Amino acid sequence: MTSTLGANDAVLIDALKSGDERAFCELVDRWSSVMLRVALAHARSHAIAEEVVQEAWLTVLRSLDRFERRSTLRTWVLGIVVNIARARFRAERRLVPLQPEDDGPTVEPSRFLPADHPRWPHHWAIEPVPWRTPEEDLLAGETRKIIDQAIAELPPAQREVLVLRDLEGMAADEACNILGVTSTHQRVLLHRARARVRNALERYLTGKGAA
Amino acid sequence: MIDRDLPELPCRDLVELVTEYLEDRLSAVDRARFDAHLAECDACRAFMDQFRQTIRALGRLPEESLSPEARATMLAAFRGWRRE
Repeated sequence: MTSTLGANDAVLIDALKSGDERAFCELVDRWSSVMLRVALAHARSHAIAEEVVQEAWLTVLRSLDRFERRSTLRTWVLGIVVNIARARFRAERRLVPLQPEDDGPTVEPSRFLPADHPRWPHHWAIEPVPWRTPEEDLLAGETRKIIDQAIAELPPAQREVLVLRDLEGMAADEACNILGVTSTHQRVLLHRARARVRNALERYLTGKGAA
Repeated sequence: MIDRDLPELPCRDLVELVTEYLEDRLSAVDRARFDAHLAECDACRAFMDQFRQTIRALGRLPEESLSPEARATMLAAFRGWRRE
């Protein structure tokens, strides 16, 4: 888990400016995971995500004098990663057909009873059943692959939010600042992303249980 | 204290509000409708539980790490930048 270093930012910036290698390496190591994950919201491979992270650090070093401290250093650095990743893959995305805006419901409409049902309008027709897989096993073996794949298939805007909020456990405010989205839009993206991962898990876990 | 006259929140609408509920962004009335529905609906409780399990699993995914080569390249870049 990355930590917020707001209080130490001035110290860190001075250390970087004075060429303190140890301070630089510590920051690189501490923030590599979150920076790579943000880059991977757009990049198709780990190698390309590493290139994005490297480019981001070069930009950070070159722009350090212009950092205005209106946000924490981490927020600023991650915002730079987001901008580089988005710009780099925007061109690439133009080559493939535009993905339709994902306005789909949280759960398939066919899982619910119709609006004119005499007793239970819009209640479950096909109810979710508790998963028999223990929670600690959700990241084991095949189930882990299902989660990874569901994340990989998300639209990048949803993946960005899911990474910061759920993988990193970051507060909503910081995620909004990094991504430049409103808190309402952030919640919509987060909800859709979570719903898609849950749906993928449900398809796999209950499909397997019923077999 | 649940007002008996609150309009019911059907399951189909509840599932759309789960993140707003977890983020404490629902109005007091909607939160009361949400809680009242959950208290009586096993299926929606199962859904909520799965949603929470999903969020917790996402938070336990292993971290990404930079390859030693990439890290070395960055350190070299830092030394180069310092000399600029």
